[in-house]
Amino acid sequence: MDKKTLILAIAPLILSLTACTPEVANTGDTGAKQATQSRLDTIKSRGQLICGVSGELPGFSFVGTDGKYSGLDVDVCRAIASALFDNPDAVEYRNLNAKERFTAVQTAEVDVLSRNTTYTLSRDTSVGLEFAPIIFYDGQGIMVRKSSGSKTLADLKDKAICTQTGTTNEQNLADQMRKRGIPYKPLVFEDVNTAYATYAQGRCDAVTSDKSQLISRRSILPNPEDNVILDENLSSEPFAPAVADGDSKWANTVKWVVYSLIKAEELGINSQNVAKFANSNDPEIRRFLGTEGNLGQGMGLPNDFAVRIIKHVGNYGEIYDRNLGAKTKLNFPRGQNQLWTKGGLLFSPPFR
Amino acid sequence: MHNFKSPLWRDRRYWQIIVQLIAAFLVAFVVAILWINLNRNLQQLGIKFGFDFLKQQASFDISETPISYNPSDTYSRALWVGLINSLRVAIAGIIFTTIVGIFAGISRLSDNWLLRNIAGVYVEIFRNTPLLLQLLFWYFAVFLSLPKIENQISVLNLVSISQSGVQFPWFRLSSEFFALLMGLTFYTGAFVAEIVRGGIQSVPKGQWEAARSLGLKPGLVMRLVIFPQALRVIVPPLTSQYLNLTKNSSLAIAVGYPDVYFVASTTFNQTGRAVEAMLLIMLTYLTLSLTISLGMNFFNRMVTIKER
Repeated sequence: MDKKTLILAIAPLILSLTACTPEVANTGDTGAKQATQSRLDTIKSRGQLICGVSGELPGFSFVGTDGKYSGLDVDVCRAIASALFDNPDAVEYRNLNAKERFTAVQTAEVDVLSRNTTYTLSRDTSVGLEFAPIIFYDGQGIMVRKSSGSKTLADLKDKAICTQTGTTNEQNLADQMRKRGIPYKPLVFEDVNTAYATYAQGRCDAVTSDKSQLISRRSILPNPEDNVILDENLSSEPFAPAVADGDSKWANTVKWVVYSLIKAEELGINSQNVAKFANSNDPEIRRFLGTEGNLGQGMGLPNDFAVRIIKHVGNYGEIYDRNLGAKTKLNFPRGQNQLWTKGGLLFSPPFR
Repeated sequence: MHNFKSPLWRDRRYWQIIVQLIAAFLVAFVVAILWINLNRNLQQLGIKFGFDFLKQQASFDISETPISYNPSDTYSRALWVGLINSLRVAIAGIIFTTIVGIFAGISRLSDNWLLRNIAGVYVEIFRNTPLLLQLLFWYFAVFLSLPKIENQISVLNLVSISQSGVQFPWFRLSSEFFALLMGLTFYTGAFVAEIVRGGIQSVPKGQWEAARSLGLKPGLVMRLVIFPQALRVIVPPLTSQYLNLTKNSSLAIAVGYPDVYFVASTTFNQTGRAVEAMLLIMLTYLTLSLTISLGMNFFNRMVTIKER
């Protein structure tokens, strides 16, 4: 290689190096700007919400034969999109498995995670998540074949129990069995479908998950009625939507969209009668619907954001009935997911 | 040779060093950018980089534990269990793959029409379908289709086979282990068969003829004359297949076998330590791969032609 070719070979390297430096400084700048700019603004300028869901769980998030997403978790995404864009369909759904979900939030691949995710201390404090209010109170259950005759956890001694990796279920099962001194064989799968298929094939004597998921998955097993969910409660599993930590503006939006759903039911406002409430004299209702005051403005939304939500998606009760209630295949009793005024756990702080 | 009167920038050796330095600088620069970027992003999320979490209690159970383990042990203990499980399946896989591959490879060149064609069909099917599909096939269609444990099949009152695995008098192996082992063995075996066939065909015809003219029987021709020569061609690509098998064992997660990748991803999921867990996984597979390469290179030196 002579000198000229050498210089020719090195020149691009040096050029790219010098060109690199200001570029890097630039990205540093925008990075710093992004840190102060809320994701709310990014979403607004994008015109679409990116929502992480499971997509595998009827009643919570499931793709129907018409290719449309439906379920409680999906309705949360639709409610947020309604508040932001007055359009419940301005949502792009991303199916995430239990293992992928937190990384997807951390890396901002999704704006919000609405995916039957249990609100836990470590997820809130060290996984880089910020949780919105609890949208569904669940508990972990265990499903067995009726023919097995198992009635309690103790009957599952030395039995194989299927579950999904990366879930609180996996840990709760280990905790409970350790506490009660019952040896067992965990069979853990990454894919929820494989876990239930393995159970259906008879390799596992039991399968454990949140009760809502068991009921939901039982409905799509080959012979649903041959399976029974035990009376055992392994844990409490409160589900909540989550966003990335460190952006309280965006977290607030998601938080108050969830509260709007609860508050609307408490105030008796639903998708059918919301228009009639526009002339209400009740100051609480007027503030809630944005006809008085400017509560929306404070969070960077129009004052009538709650009207938009209720108009398009309905209140919490409507969402529940549509996806999990008595008229659905799942027929999940509302129980603790009832308003506090009716003896349940759902409560919204005041809209003022 | 060196002319001190010529300026430094005309000296070739000077430029060689400069180019090396620039390359090293560029690599360091890219690594630094990635590192700063990672730290900034983690900081924004309020996460601190570090491996302290390995000392925390794992609190999940593992179905196959060749060393003692229970959920109150640490994450690092759980990862050891996973690593040993990976090694178990990789070592068994490499042994069986070699047997299957050599047998199928030689069979493809057999004079026996049936044997030759069976080997051909085997190679084409297993080489041309995805491994994940094959794993699920072995798991669901083969092992989970066996009778339930209550109705297990007993062979000579020694070995009993059921859906949950194979029970030998002194130990048992699970269906998950077998599904993974079979999947890896037959998938990689098909590639090894092709390598063996190619290796044998690379030996000049004259060697066959010469061996036969000495009066050697066909089996001996293969064993004493052809195969040792073919090994020189076979061993280097065979090393790649062993590496592939070891890395592919991470698909264990699909059939519920708790290998190191499986345990590491559970760990990452519970602790949120994606970067640290990925680094550990990379380091593990890198070490395994380099060890295999080293061993195979040593073996390769043994079979190469020795000039005397």
